[in-house]
Amino acid sequence: MTTNAGSVTTPKEKMRATLKHRYAAEKRFQAYGIAAILIALAMLVTLFVTIIGNGFTAFQQYTVHLDVTLYPQDIDPDGTGDPEVLSKANYQSAVNDAMYALFPEATDRQARRAVRELISPGANYVIRDMVMDDPSLVGQRISVRVPLASEYDQVLKGNVDPVVDFTAFKEGSTSVDWSLSPEERLISEKQADYLQQLIRQGEVEASFNRWFFTNGDSRQPELAGIWGAAVGSMFTLMVTLALSFPIGVSAAVYLEEFAPKNRLTDIIEVNINNLAAVPSIVFGLLGLAVFLQFFGMPRSAPLVGGLVLTLMTLPTIIIASRAALKSVPPSIREAALGVGASKLQCIFHHVLPLAMPGMLTGTIIGMAQALGETAPLLMIGMVAFVVDIPGSPLDPATVMPVQIYLWSDSPERAFTERTSAAIMCLLGFLILMNAAAVLLRKRFERRW
Amino acid sequence: MIKKSILLAAVATVGFVGVAEARDQIRIVGSSTVYPFTTVVAENFGKKTGNPTPVVESTGSGGGFKLFCAGLGVEHPDFTNASRAIKSSEIETCASNGVEAITEMKVGYDGIVMANSKASAVLELTKEQIFLALAKDVPQDGQWVPNPYMNWSDIDPSLPDEKIEILGPPPTSGTRDAFLELVMEPGCEAFAECQDLSKDDFKARAFTLREDGGFVEAGENDNLIVQKLEANPAAVGIFGYSFLDQNMDKIQGAVIEGEAPTFENIASGAYPVSRPLFVYVKLAHMGVIPGMEEFLEEYTADAAWGPEGYLSDKGLIPMPDAERAAMREAVVGKVDNVN
Repeated sequence: MTTNAGSVTTPKEKMRATLKHRYAAEKRFQAYGIAAILIALAMLVTLFVTIIGNGFTAFQQYTVHLDVTLYPQDIDPDGTGDPEVLSKANYQSAVNDAMYALFPEATDRQARRAVRELISPGANYVIRDMVMDDPSLVGQRISVRVPLASEYDQVLKGNVDPVVDFTAFKEGSTSVDWSLSPEERLISEKQADYLQQLIRQGEVEASFNRWFFTNGDSRQPELAGIWGAAVGSMFTLMVTLALSFPIGVSAAVYLEEFAPKNRLTDIIEVNINNLAAVPSIVFGLLGLAVFLQFFGMPRSAPLVGGLVLTLMTLPTIIIASRAALKSVPPSIREAALGVGASKLQCIFHHVLPLAMPGMLTGTIIGMAQALGETAPLLMIGMVAFVVDIPGSPLDPATVMPVQIYLWSDSPERAFTERTSAAIMCLLGFLILMNAAAVLLRKRFERRW
Repeated sequence: MIKKSILLAAVATVGFVGVAEARDQIRIVGSSTVYPFTTVVAENFGKKTGNPTPVVESTGSGGGFKLFCAGLGVEHPDFTNASRAIKSSEIETCASNGVEAITEMKVGYDGIVMANSKASAVLELTKEQIFLALAKDVPQDGQWVPNPYMNWSDIDPSLPDEKIEILGPPPTSGTRDAFLELVMEPGCEAFAECQDLSKDDFKARAFTLREDGGFVEAGENDNLIVQKLEANPAAVGIFGYSFLDQNMDKIQGAVIEGEAPTFENIASGAYPVSRPLFVYVKLAHMGVIPGMEEFLEEYTADAAWGPEGYLSDKGLIPMPDAERAAMREAVVGKVDNVN
């Protein structure tokens, strides 16, 4: 061994020298670990701050208070109360009259158009839905809050220029920054005037945006909601759960407990492990070819979406279930068989209940994965504009991540905050599902 | 328990397949550029008539024709949106699958804009300059050389001394096809070297965009391009007019051939980069799928596609009055003949 001049190399000193190095290496490794965690945390925090910062305003919506008179001769002249007549009646003129009443001086055509545009173009449908729920409203003067048009809503929320301060506006200040040239602004000075009048009359108020939680998709941002997509997601996941859990668990039980160990089962095992890593769009293509083209199932239906996602989640569930079965100690099986239980009884009475928490955790994680999936749904037509809330797994529907994607691609500015709000809802769902998985594990987990 | 649920699931699946035949809502596929307009019409149609709201998928023009031409029957769509006219090859595919009676309905125009952040100066470009900024190879003294222009000022000293960085749509996009045809083709033709080329060579020269970082494919999401423009004042984006219209406080459209991309300029045809948008109708489905006639009537009503209509609020550039009237007559008239 070569040594440097002057250095003594007794084994003890050599050990000391390397010890320093080894401690340093450990310190460095810890520092890397902490740095990795800090970077991950910083990214997570940035993500949450941007999403919540962009999205929380969507849970509020500026609304206008209107006193709408529903004349029977306009809406239901024969007094039939027939839902068909009520749904096709013209509520727009009633809404317009209510708006004109707030602006008695707006008489010419242009001014009236500007006044009408202050509120959402869907305001008449808000009133229609009220009348459909309660036909006795016809002939009455009803007091109703309708959403402000999204441009004005965004201006008041400070999301677009010119930013308008609600309280200052209400107190009569016109402290609006008009430095942008007219064609650069979303609203004109004239429109801001009308808005200020409306606010000073005390008719505008920020209220909870219930439409966001009760409506389906809409191209009017102020009326667009997440409910249609949420229902679509629920139907899709119901189908996925109903199919993938029993199939996955049965497959796992057979492979783990009954299947002979031979070449065939080895191939099956390798294939299942590989399938878990197949890009999800492939399952979409398979779904298109098999379910739509061969079986002729309807496009955009949550049923087909659920079938495709079943294919996708099955490997996850089978792998997790097999791991859960493996972790049940052999002593349990031996004891059951020893007291005379059949193999089936042993599995169903003893092994399966003990493995169930692990299987459920795997299933829930698979479901959470399915909930966030868009790519396979593209091929089977679930990336679509669907307004009506689906009533069954056969109605056309979309799912929450698709809704997020569609909104993020919409030109209207108000969809920016709604995109973030929808992401928050989806994250909420995912956290709930993962919390359920953790809870199940904590609750039923057995340690040996 | 598990046995039962497997059985239940199997029975349910078979049962569902059995009833999956009838369809009472209209199905529309096609271009993502026409999607924002057709969806508004679909929503209004659904709310006004009480029919189920049509389901609109955004598949791109080409993908739309593929689905549309796949055959007749409830499993195939009734309309397809397109940001370009149907190709003869697509007509053949349609015909070979039995989809022979189709009607083309032009719904309006869309401008394609080049925009940059408000933090920079407004660009004033000609088609030749855009060609020189974007092409992979450019003509120089009779030779084709790899694009040497790194800064805008290299092309013309009057342009800003900024790096050329253009964000645009991917090749699958109809917007890109239209842009190549409306800007790059005439831009190339301005050079003598281009005029000498054979047809195929010309296409290769004019339609191949640079890959050295001067042009970046930014995906189909135009909002993302707008965000990138805001973050990078030197960058220029290519996208549809409606996104410029909604983001006037952040970005500005480049003046092309002396014309600014305003609503009026695109409507009058003065702005050179605009293209017609279409909806194709499967006539054989008329009367089979309920509401198709009413849907076309809603689309062609002045309240929808007129100059004051709700589609123009969403950024669709309306056709002139006479053209609109003729189109409505042609489409709704044809509907009447079928029934």
